[in-house]
Amino acid sequence: MTDQSRAKPYMNPYLAGILLGIVLFLAFFITGSGLGASGGLNRLLVYVQNIVAPEHIDQVPYLLKMAGGNTNPLESWIVFLTVGTVFGGFISGLIGRRVKIETKKGPQISNTTRWIMAFIGGALMGYGARLARGCTSGQALSGGAVLSVGSWAFMFAVFAGAYAFAYFLRRFWN
Amino acid sequence: MTAFPLPLTELLGQYGSYFIYLLVGLAFGATLETAGFGNSKKLAAQFYFKDMTVFKVMFTAIIVAMTLIFLSSAIGLLDYNLLWVPPTYLWPGIVGGLIMGVGFIVGGFCPGTSLVAMATGKIDGVVFVLGVLFGIFMFGETVSGFAVFFESSYMGRFTLPEFLGLSYGTVVLLVVIIALLMFWVAEKVEAVVADESAQKAPRWAVPAASALIALAALTLLVGQPQTEDRWKSIEAEKTVQLDEREVQIVPAELLSLTADIKVKTVMLDVRDERHYNQFHIQGATRLPESEIVDSARDMIFEPANTVFVVMSNDETNATEAWKKLKAESVPNVYILEGGVNNWIRTYAGEQFVQERLIRNREDEQLAWRFNAAIGSRHPAAEPNPHAFEIEFEPKVKLELKRAPTSGGCG
Repeated sequence: MTDQSRAKPYMNPYLAGILLGIVLFLAFFITGSGLGASGGLNRLLVYVQNIVAPEHIDQVPYLLKMAGGNTNPLESWIVFLTVGTVFGGFISGLIGRRVKIETKKGPQISNTTRWIMAFIGGALMGYGARLARGCTSGQALSGGAVLSVGSWAFMFAVFAGAYAFAYFLRRFWN
Repeated sequence: MTAFPLPLTELLGQYGSYFIYLLVGLAFGATLETAGFGNSKKLAAQFYFKDMTVFKVMFTAIIVAMTLIFLSSAIGLLDYNLLWVPPTYLWPGIVGGLIMGVGFIVGGFCPGTSLVAMATGKIDGVVFVLGVLFGIFMFGETVSGFAVFFESSYMGRFTLPEFLGLSYGTVVLLVVIIALLMFWVAEKVEAVVADESAQKAPRWAVPAASALIALAALTLLVGQPQTEDRWKSIEAEKTVQLDEREVQIVPAELLSLTADIKVKTVMLDVRDERHYNQFHIQGATRLPESEIVDSARDMIFEPANTVFVVMSNDETNATEAWKKLKAESVPNVYILEGGVNNWIRTYAGEQFVQERLIRNREDEQLAWRFNAAIGSRHPAAEPNPHAFEIEFEPKVKLELKRAPTSGGCG
């Protein structure tokens, strides 16, 4: 674990954006599909569900598609992409000396409040991502770059939802 | 054939292709982390106008990737048809997006950034990931209650240029210019209300923006390849296939395909409505000539075991349709040999074939007389595959699929 004071500053956002854009382009250029994150988590969850309650999987058509019969939900490119994302983040954090066990939060709330908020927010994100068939990476970023109408509508909805609620939550972040 | 995207599974095998995805993930995670996306405070600051990093990174990435994608498509290096364009389900997308927006400001992350936060030891990131898993679990448990809504407002592969009625190049240039203008506004806003974490635009911002506008303008100038251009690039190779009769399948092979539960056979009847109504094979859908190119975009994303068989009365029109579908990169397309006329000759029975034959007809006319428009209500429209013992040499070979069947969230 490294000392916070030695952490390197983040990259300039425009430079980071150009790099992310090139990564996204290469993902499409080489593989034909863009980036994503929620799909990998989804399959991990279905994998666990399939161990705990396999008969339940066989009753829900939505789950059946990923893990019915002998289908292994982890046998998918998106799982490998997600594993790569976690390791890539870790390596970059190590290089930038930003790996540190801590909780990032606004100054007015306790760690416990922040964790409860994170869980609720995560649950909303997970639910919304399945409903919208994609998350910020898979829909907004990837779909936006290939000009999908649905992805652009989705992107504006995400920003609208967040800005609409930001005022009510200002105490938590500021 | 354009070289990209690469047929990864064909080149490297299943696990080789997974390794490539692992590398892409590494680059993705590292970029997110170095942009500061593992830090929930930095992400949330976006929505108080204090630090517009989220907006800047995201839209810079989108316009850079978009310009490079459509430029490489324009110069014939990349096949846009084979890229995964998330299909539009408008209202589920918007409602899901609103829920995610609320989740973003409550939880401080989106799924991708929470993974990076977790990887760098942020406890709020770990809790958020658990929350995401719980949300996904709840969705799986409740989706059957609103399955109709979940499948509603489906528009398929639907792009902004199609929606706006503009060319791809025009839309690319417009999006680039609008995004750059919004960056300028974001800088002005930050100059007033930003906190210390926000970073100013670098010195090279204006030259970089000009370069991107130039690339987008070049994309517009070159234009995206049309069906005819695409055909020209594969003409030599495909003409050999046609001449060697590698893609024309006899009626008996088509019949055996429709009876094969391992393949999904899609029969596309390209004749006009009059002929289609007079007689067509049971299960064949009419595909008017004007709709071939649009339909091709959706056909590419059918499951890998799908076989398309085009047919006309004879072979001329079906062959033209075949060329268009191949030009648009549809895999596994075949032509019904001798067309619907040959099908009727094979399956309508001796008596019908003898009595109803029309002599001295022109090409692409029905060769048999029907007294009424009976559509598929004729024994020959749905012959019993077991009643006819016809030997044939099978020609259908399923190609390995090049186009992805799902995006990053499947």
